[in-house]
Amino acid sequence: MDTALKTAPATTTQEIRTITGSQALCEAMIQEGVKTIFGYPGGAIMPIYDALYGYEDKLEHILVRHEQGGIHAAQGYARTSGRTGVVFATSGPGATNLVTGLADAMIDSTPLVCITGQVFAHLLGTDAFQETDVINITTPVTKWNYQITDATEIPEILAKAFYIAGSGRPGPVLIDITKNAQLQAFEYKGYKPCHHIRSYRPKPVVRKSYVEEAARLINEAERPFVIFGQGVILGGAEQEFKAFIEKAGIPAAWTILGLSALSTDHPLNVGMLGMHGNYGPNVLTNECDVLIAIGMRFDDRVTGRLDKYAKQAKVIHLDIDPAEIDKNIKATVPVWGDCKETLPMLTALVQQKAYPKWLDKFRECTKREDEAVFQGELHPTTPILSMGEVIDTLNHITDGNAIIVTDVGQHQMVACRYAKFNQSRSNVTSGGLGTMGFALPAAIGAKFGAPDREVVAVIGDGGFQMTLQELGTIMQSGVKVKIIILNNNFLGMVRQWQELFHDRRYSSVDIQSPDFVALAAAYGISGQSVSDRPLLKPALEAMINHDGSYLLEVMVGKENNVFPMVPQGCGVAEIRLK
Amino acid sequence: MKQEYTITVYTENQVGLLNRIAIMFSRRKINIESLNTSPSEVEGIHRFTIVINETEDVVRKLVRQIEKQVDVLKAYYNTNDEIIWQELALYKVPTDEIAEKVKVERLLREHGARAVVIRKDYTIFETSGHREETDKLISVLEPVGLIEFVRSARVAIIKESRGFHEKLKEFEETEPHPSTRENEYLDQGENVFVM
Repeated sequence: MDTALKTAPATTTQEIRTITGSQALCEAMIQEGVKTIFGYPGGAIMPIYDALYGYEDKLEHILVRHEQGGIHAAQGYARTSGRTGVVFATSGPGATNLVTGLADAMIDSTPLVCITGQVFAHLLGTDAFQETDVINITTPVTKWNYQITDATEIPEILAKAFYIAGSGRPGPVLIDITKNAQLQAFEYKGYKPCHHIRSYRPKPVVRKSYVEEAARLINEAERPFVIFGQGVILGGAEQEFKAFIEKAGIPAAWTILGLSALSTDHPLNVGMLGMHGNYGPNVLTNECDVLIAIGMRFDDRVTGRLDKYAKQAKVIHLDIDPAEIDKNIKATVPVWGDCKETLPMLTALVQQKAYPKWLDKFRECTKREDEAVFQGELHPTTPILSMGEVIDTLNHITDGNAIIVTDVGQHQMVACRYAKFNQSRSNVTSGGLGTMGFALPAAIGAKFGAPDREVVAVIGDGGFQMTLQELGTIMQSGVKVKIIILNNNFLGMVRQWQELFHDRRYSSVDIQSPDFVALAAAYGISGQSVSDRPLLKPALEAMINHDGSYLLEVMVGKENNVFPMVPQGCGVAEIRLK
Repeated sequence: MKQEYTITVYTENQVGLLNRIAIMFSRRKINIESLNTSPSEVEGIHRFTIVINETEDVVRKLVRQIEKQVDVLKAYYNTNDEIIWQELALYKVPTDEIAEKVKVERLLREHGARAVVIRKDYTIFETSGHREETDKLISVLEPVGLIEFVRSARVAIIKESRGFHEKLKEFEETEPHPSTRENEYLDQGENVFVM
């Protein structure tokens, strides 16, 4: 009788109870408020999956078709929900399949906790079956990683993992757990969330003098210009941001990850920055006198050539990450801190102002862009559909209320340029890493993260074929994701560069596709393909109104280009309209 | 202009941290000229001393990235003027030769060296100093059959440093005090506001 009691798993009667490392992991998940886990089982993580079986009512596990799909789904989940995404994978190939997603989450500051199984501790370094040095492989692409070889470490390390992933500038954390630690029973003393690590400062102390200096510069400015990134969304500072630009009356342009932090029809929203951004924000970057960068990192796709970027302007840089200040662009005034804290301080000090003449300049630019680009993209005169009109038609149906998940390439640039957004956390895309194959799994996660919202994945024919196995995840989980494939039968962005910069030498960009609609049907997903303009709107409506997942293939112009464009090696003012 | 910089990093004593720090250099194709890691005066905290040849701009950005690592408490960078540094060197020479050909006493005095081991077959001298100084003793000992030589990495004390105990107290506070020196750069108000 006594022995039976002692060996029974998870005896709950006492305060201190004996549980296994795997159970402690599940307890940690519950304590951290995790509800959905994306993962794939395998040999070295089987004890954890065994424990998960007993927590089925509390922890939902979504079985993906590939670990890369799992981590992208967790990224999508994190981006729409604002919570930390969780991924489980086994050792060896399971773990290495996470690397692309880790790199993506690292560069796009997405909070993730990834759990990988590992061979028994006594086998480490012996080239055991499915053993790989996950910690060292993932070090450059994780905010933090740690290998657990003893179950007693699990509660504390998991608490640290969630704290690190979600605080400060968020990022991916990987915890590698050897199989013996998963199996090991130990005296569980409960779970204590982590709020402080002595070697880790999630956010710098806000220096009031710098905020004051920034306010002084802004108040003296004649042509101030705000550029904002995902920091506004990650800080949950959308309201504070809006209050700031409205009081200061400053036009604001976004980076691709900042998109949706400010509704697209806001009168001060002047559009997109960067290589395929809008004409005005690029050209006028080199005409403003004070450039106020908020939660963005001056990526090379935003700045173009650095020595031709905003040389005339004084730069105020608000960022939570001290290492971003002066990394690419020298800040005249660095305002370190969480913009949720710094923006209200700044708003209090700036004068209520408006810059009608300066705003007119943006409007003039928009007019030029409208004539040169928008008209042709949104209202083409040729019978062949354009990517832009698909997005534009979708806007009319969703009214800007949908979450748009994009992959990488021409369709991504077009979707980000033309999609309407009314609320934050609505744009999910692979920005920094540019991961083709991101959108389909990310859309699955996005829907789990925001189940009440419409999720539309916009994907190219190339990118879709990189992770199309996740149709199986959609089929099995029943998640309702709408998929638009913009099919131009080319790897369009590479082809565009070959056309413009490589004498139309179309090297390996002519990509064949399967019958996407039949493929979806094989997974029990409804769909259709359209290529005629009159059928586009009804097809999009059918897709949105369909109760369930839906795949809509739209055949678009084969050799359409995305313009405007700041060619590589050029300054932002050298943006080409055609 | 590239010059020698000594980077001092205080870290938690954590498996894998050496790799995390080392790859920050290799990612930028920066060669590490010298690397020392050992326990600091504070229990549980390790001190890295890393020497590289780079421009200040690169070093400043790199040090910020290092300091950003979760297990790193603090990172500093200094020019040679701002530090006192030493390298330790050991020289193994045949005892016969030394006894016959070299005036050992003068040798030891001139180079501040001492004999660590004297055996019938070989003798080991030890000295410490800057690179040129330890090199000089090699040139003296080579003609008499230097068998083996080894030099340690650089260890350095920052002249301005007030030690790490006080600093650590700041880190251990859950909420950073407003007076906490987050970064030396930020405290140089006048130099920062380049108008």
